[in-house]
Amino acid sequence: MSLEGKVALVTGASRGIGKAVAHELARLGAEVVGTATSETGAKAITDGLKDAGYAGYGIVMNVAEPGSIEAGLKEMTERSGAPQILVNNAGITRDNLLMRLKDDDWDSVIETNLSSVYRTSKAVLRGMAKARWGRIINISSVVAGMGNPGQGNYCAAKAGVEGFTRSLAKEMSNRGITANCVAPGFIDTDMTKKLDDKQRQAMLEIIPAGRLGDPREVASVVAFLASDGAAYVTGETIHVNGGMYMG
Amino acid sequence: MSTVEERVKKIVCEQLGVKESEVQNTSSFVEDLGADSLDTVELVMALEEEFETEIPDEEAEKLGSVQDAIDYIVAHT
Repeated sequence: MSLEGKVALVTGASRGIGKAVAHELARLGAEVVGTATSETGAKAITDGLKDAGYAGYGIVMNVAEPGSIEAGLKEMTERSGAPQILVNNAGITRDNLLMRLKDDDWDSVIETNLSSVYRTSKAVLRGMAKARWGRIINISSVVAGMGNPGQGNYCAAKAGVEGFTRSLAKEMSNRGITANCVAPGFIDTDMTKKLDDKQRQAMLEIIPAGRLGDPREVASVVAFLASDGAAYVTGETIHVNGGMYMG
Repeated sequence: MSTVEERVKKIVCEQLGVKESEVQNTSSFVEDLGADSLDTVELVMALEEEFETEIPDEEAEKLGSVQDAIDYIVAHT
């Protein structure tokens, strides 16, 4: 499997799943542009890729701001050309039980996790349509299908991403563009480190594999979907969750 | 400077991947030049860029032939 000659854009690539995805795509030969919300984050991406001997760099982009997406894409297109692979990974959580959820918690999660996917996808489509080749891979979540107390906003956004992806897949499939989701379960990242021991224990009890996933185990599935071998897979959500939920 | 007609035809060739000789003023994008729905969207976007104008969806729907596009551009730029 090779991604030689491809340019990939990975949002939220400074840590966790996004970082693992960026490194995996780069390992397979793609030039990877990773986004972070700060200069420090972008520099960490650049350094991380460089230290590993990979092609690519970090840029500053806040996916919750349309202007920032536009500026970031312009920067990368001038430097590396338009992306043929887009991985929408950037995301946030603002957990609270619905009765206590604030409008701002709802809006910011929908904006960052769902509207951003609409915006970045739209921005890269023309280039992909012209090239008659493209891969859009959206990182969803197991909770999109399962539901999760305290995550009404997050579950809504992620389920929205999956519906959006299926529509996009149908619109663009005759242009050689595929759109798919990867839905991670309980992965060992900063996002899941926020959970306390009790929550963690309860999670482990419902994971047949009996352990958390490694970000690299998500990245390898993303890499497959980005490859030529996955050309006929589109509109799909692939679960990566140690058996905890099977759609 | 090329005429509007020449510029429109050049874009049609690029977007639809057809030869210049195949593109007549009366050519229908869909019936004669084989455009699908995405092609027509891309074509309209390319025309918007070339002529630095915005073509509203309800107008874009009416652009069925090469001549329609030429007439629209001449009237609106």
